[in-house]
Amino acid sequence: MTAYVLKRLAFVGPLLVVISFLAFVLLRLAPGGPFDKERVPASPEIEKALRARYHLDEPLGQQYLRYVGLWWEKREPGGWRRVNGGLIVGDFGPSLKYRDHSVNDIIAQALPVSLSLGALAFCLATGLGIPLGFHTAVRKGHWDEYAGSLLALLVICIPALVVGPILVMVLALKWQWFPVALWGGPWHAVLPTLTLGLYFAGRIARLMREGMLGVLPSEFITAARAKGLSETAILLRHAFRLAVLPVVSYSGPLLADLLTGSFVVESLFQIPGIGVFLVNSALSRDYPMVVGLVVLYAVLLLLLNLIVDVAYGLLDPRVSYE
Amino acid sequence: MKLARSAPECNAGALRHFRAAVRDRGGGHLARTPWWNAVQAPSRGRSFRSGRLAFALLGTLMLVACRGPNPAADLVIINGAEPETLDPALMTGQADLRVGLAVFEGLTRFNPTNAAPTPGLAERWEVSPDGLTYTFHLRSHAVWSTGEPITADDVVYSWRRVLHPATASEYAGLLFYVKNGEAFNTGAIQDPAQVGAAALDARTVRVELQNPTPFFLDLCGTPTLAVVPRQTIERHGDRWLSARPVPASGAYCLEAWRVNDRIRLRKNPRYWDAANTRSEIVDLLPCVNANTALNLYTSGAADVVWDKNLVPGELLDVLLRRPDFHSYPVLGTYFLRFNVTRAPFHDPRVRAAFALAVDKRRIVDKITRGGEQIASAYTPPGVPGYDAPVGLSLDPGRARDLMAQAGFPGGRRFPACDYLCDTTSRLHEQIAIELQAMWERELGVRVTLRKMEWKTFLVAQRDLAYDLCRSSWIGDYNDPNTFLDMFMSHNGNNRTGWKCEPYDRLLREANAQLDPARRLALLREAETLLVREAAPIVPLYFYAGLEYYDADRIHGIFANVRAEHPLRAIWKSPPAGRPLAQP
Repeated sequence: MTAYVLKRLAFVGPLLVVISFLAFVLLRLAPGGPFDKERVPASPEIEKALRARYHLDEPLGQQYLRYVGLWWEKREPGGWRRVNGGLIVGDFGPSLKYRDHSVNDIIAQALPVSLSLGALAFCLATGLGIPLGFHTAVRKGHWDEYAGSLLALLVICIPALVVGPILVMVLALKWQWFPVALWGGPWHAVLPTLTLGLYFAGRIARLMREGMLGVLPSEFITAARAKGLSETAILLRHAFRLAVLPVVSYSGPLLADLLTGSFVVESLFQIPGIGVFLVNSALSRDYPMVVGLVVLYAVLLLLLNLIVDVAYGLLDPRVSYE
Repeated sequence: MKLARSAPECNAGALRHFRAAVRDRGGGHLARTPWWNAVQAPSRGRSFRSGRLAFALLGTLMLVACRGPNPAADLVIINGAEPETLDPALMTGQADLRVGLAVFEGLTRFNPTNAAPTPGLAERWEVSPDGLTYTFHLRSHAVWSTGEPITADDVVYSWRRVLHPATASEYAGLLFYVKNGEAFNTGAIQDPAQVGAAALDARTVRVELQNPTPFFLDLCGTPTLAVVPRQTIERHGDRWLSARPVPASGAYCLEAWRVNDRIRLRKNPRYWDAANTRSEIVDLLPCVNANTALNLYTSGAADVVWDKNLVPGELLDVLLRRPDFHSYPVLGTYFLRFNVTRAPFHDPRVRAAFALAVDKRRIVDKITRGGEQIASAYTPPGVPGYDAPVGLSLDPGRARDLMAQAGFPGGRRFPACDYLCDTTSRLHEQIAIELQAMWERELGVRVTLRKMEWKTFLVAQRDLAYDLCRSSWIGDYNDPNTFLDMFMSHNGNNRTGWKCEPYDRLLREANAQLDPARRLALLREAETLLVREAAPIVPLYFYAGLEYYDADRIHGIFANVRAEHPLRAIWKSPPAGRPLAQP
């Protein structure tokens, strides 16, 4: 197991190099740059100075190496020196749109917000979805199965773009239970969490239900019943453990997705998270920001997938890592 | 990962579970209870504890992430997009400018009612008879919020900083009116002392201009020319706005700035006019979603919303009838550019025909609906003393004649052409569709609509890779020059390919003119060329500023063409009778 984990971790480095390079190059293929605005500066020299200021006038390869931090420059005193910062020391560089901030600054301010909102939404999604899916599978053929499945289907079908405003209209504007937007106290988190989490609760409920329906006819369940084990113990301790596996494998990418913020929910509730930056930085051609956030997302995704695989080994006796 | 799917192994695993279950519960006495009672499963204690741990962790995370504003602000304003920068030398957007001007003041400042430049850090000035030399006298009691005096050297430093190529200021052009400003910025001269701004003594700044510039006092009030704290900038470099405290020269100090969350300003007690700063703490919230802004305002979480993009378009007709929605004309024009380097729009008759076929009234009445005025000329009304010429307005008969003269009677043989618009707002597409219909109906020509993402659009416009495209322009200062000089032959903002020597000459002549009436007459002549004769553009309408706030409670916001609302003048009076709903 340890060897397996180490082997997987060893791949993270090279993978990040590939990912960051692709993000770096792909965005530059898009027309326009960070400083293209409706109003062109009074002289072309100003634009030249801007590009020089952020090294956008250098060849692409050199820009990438500078971004990674593997570029040496000749300085007057002391000869060749490595450029400051760079990806290798965890420095994502300056933001080209928000010129007072570095990308690290923005991540440091916005990521904790997205992390807590994402974690809350994840808790809501699993906390609602797993019991709902479990229940609808166990009660197959009863009215509560139909009601539960319909509910799950409903929250999947209605996008956050619709759920959010409805929640705001009823719970915040009409009944004034919660704030309409912004990020301040625990109350501010309720509506965004619901908006973000309900859809995934539905997805998880369906996965859980499929899992249960797949496991229940298995031989070992029959064996357990034959042994006279209580139905509860069969369902909770044996069937559940295997039936939850699809949910577990879905959780990895889901968590990475939730933790890095949601553009829709963040703009709907004016939440200072990282999700809006992920989308807008590409539109504004904020190269360092895009690459920084892509790398961040990739790291999260790789780590969470690893955790999922490890959890698989613990949950499913059929899986072993050699 | 290896999946071992052999049946014995699988069964062995299941049996292991099964034995464990039997051992834990000791048999089947729960056999008839439904599963939900079995939440008291064997490992309950452990899972409960780990659940509690998870909640505690989550709670801590939330406490860290959700620091609410404390104390509450005296005034909460929704300011539009998150400012890209609060460095006056770098800022370009309106949201940035409004915060920038509250924290950093220049030699002049704007009157809240009409946005005219009035004495700011300079208490008075003299202008030489030839209009080329300004001598500013700083206030003797002008100090930074940290207590040090604001000196003439600070002013000169701030301006040189804007012009220095390493600063890479996009608005450095505002200082090109100062002698050698452009030469220093472009690197033609290296010595900053040759720039025409000098400190004669600690309180006197002498400015020499390239040309008599009647709007120079206006420029002195813009953030680009504001006075910034040298020590802090030199100590902290690019990140000087993250330093605390940031010495302020304006009415407010920057107390806190969390990206995309809020900017908190606190009254600068050392500001020279602090007695007239009306609100102690002002919060500026970023918001780009119109519905969210309206919700925040309706719920009482925000007092003022002052960005016209923050009025939900679908509700415009209802909202504009409310007394707390305020619409007024501003210095901005929505217009179309023709690419005059391509057939058929290289022919002025075709351009004029297209302009004459547009029913501008219909566009402002049916689409924009925000109180916009239709545009005949390019310069919006509101510039004192300037009477803009009459441009081309709806005349389908004449439009058809011109088309026939140009060789396209009834639109026959008219080549395929595109109308380019961007996707930043649905408005652009709606206007495009309306224009398409007008041209087809009146001239019999089919124009295809091409939509582009913003940056791609800008590149296409810059490279003249279009036939017709939508455009807009907001004036930087209150003078026709801010609209007209962009269409000089070599201006980067021209982007029509239109090069006209007489036009260039008229503008150069006007800007060398000392007599204001004569100058405006020359500018008018130039604009006549632009909107009547050559018509490389079609002005559609003048922008309206759109803001909402309860005028009974919020005081000090006045409609003016620059949409300039100095924060120092704005305050909220206590509720009269009805308490405001607070969430």
